Amino acid sequence: MAKSKLRKTFLEPLGKNNPVFVQILGICSTLAVTNKVQNTVVMTLGVTFTTALSAWTISLMRNHIPSRIRMMVETMVIAAFVIIVDIVLKAYYPEMWKQLGPYVGLIITNCIIMGRVEAFALNNKPLPSLVDGFASGLGYTYVLLSIAVVRELLGSGSIWGIRILGSWWTNWSIMIMPPGGFFVLAIIIWVIRETIMKEESHA
Amino acid sequence: MHNFAIFFASIFTGNILLTNYLGMCSFLSVSKELKTSLGLGAAVVFVMATTTPLNWMVYEWVLIPFGLEYLRFIVFIIVIAAFVQLTEMALERYSEGLYQALGIFLPLITVNCAILGASLFMVIREYTLSTSFFFGLGSGIGWALAIVAMAGIRQKLKNAKIPPGLEGPGLTLVIAGFMAMAFMGFSGMIALT
Repeated sequence: MAKSKLRKTFLEPLGKNNPVFVQILGICSTLAVTNKVQNTVVMTLGVTFTTALSAWTISLMRNHIPSRIRMMVETMVIAAFVIIVDIVLKAYYPEMWKQLGPYVGLIITNCIIMGRVEAFALNNKPLPSLVDGFASGLGYTYVLLSIAVVRELLGSGSIWGIRILGSWWTNWSIMIMPPGGFFVLAIIIWVIRETIMKEESHA
Repeated sequence: MHNFAIFFASIFTGNILLTNYLGMCSFLSVSKELKTSLGLGAAVVFVMATTTPLNWMVYEWVLIPFGLEYLRFIVFIIVIAAFVQLTEMALERYSEGLYQALGIFLPLITVNCAILGASLFMVIREYTLSTSFFFGLGSGIGWALAIVAMAGIRQKLKNAKIPPGLEGPGLTLVIAGFMAMAFMGFSGMIALT
């Protein structure tokens, strides 16, 4: 019983309740870092780490947080984890840290994390909260990766900085610029919503 | 002179919403009505223009002398939250009309990533105090401009036939993409550094 519930908690954010294309949360970083696959991987690792651990921490403290200041406490906890990500990145990958710029710090205001903490971790035990946070992070990760692959492939003819398409390929430079991000995300949301609606009308 | 360049650049060439994607969440959800987006836009202009220099002061005069730069995320978000709370209370006490117009939007602003983003850009680009004021003001105006334009377009599209899957966020993102393309027309005029 408990195990199947945990499984459900894990699977929901990956599909039916995906934070990016169903709940439309965390769009800022979704668009900003997806012009290169490499940046995206680092960013999603940071977000997954922060979401999972802050959900777990808040869940541990859930009976001791006064409800009037809970937003403040949640922000503090999230910010503490983001600072860890920032310091680690700065120490080991200074180049990457420079490229991501302010977006590492902006993980704090990423609505996915706050959303999971508010909606799930405050009312659930630590382990399910950890699983839920981690799964939300994964749901975010694979959507971002698919956007990044499309954008980098079309925009610079490469993936992970390695050239895939030959010299015949003319780069669609609009893809790595802001409008490309908006369009690719819009198309993904459109396709997924259209398929979900079809499934629902069949059922 | 430099300040004015930054001011105009942050409105047009480096629009914080359309080139840096900051503040997307409220941009997507609040841009249905022209009136509400005007209110939210005005609140963002005010908060951004005040918290960016405020955070500059805290960063330069408190965090750097004590070697606590790594704490900037927590400190910035506290400053923003505290300032928003104070403004809300002051408005409630002294100006009923303004509170009715802006008050309901203020709590939304603490989690608006554009506000924190402006402060973080200010640190990375090493602005001075006056420049960070003009940068904050310009970015706020740029954000407000984008959301008001978006609300206007969405109101016009209310009666249009749209594929059901594209309704809501999908269509808003497409329009935002076209707006970003339009704003790219300004690029090359002034550089935002």
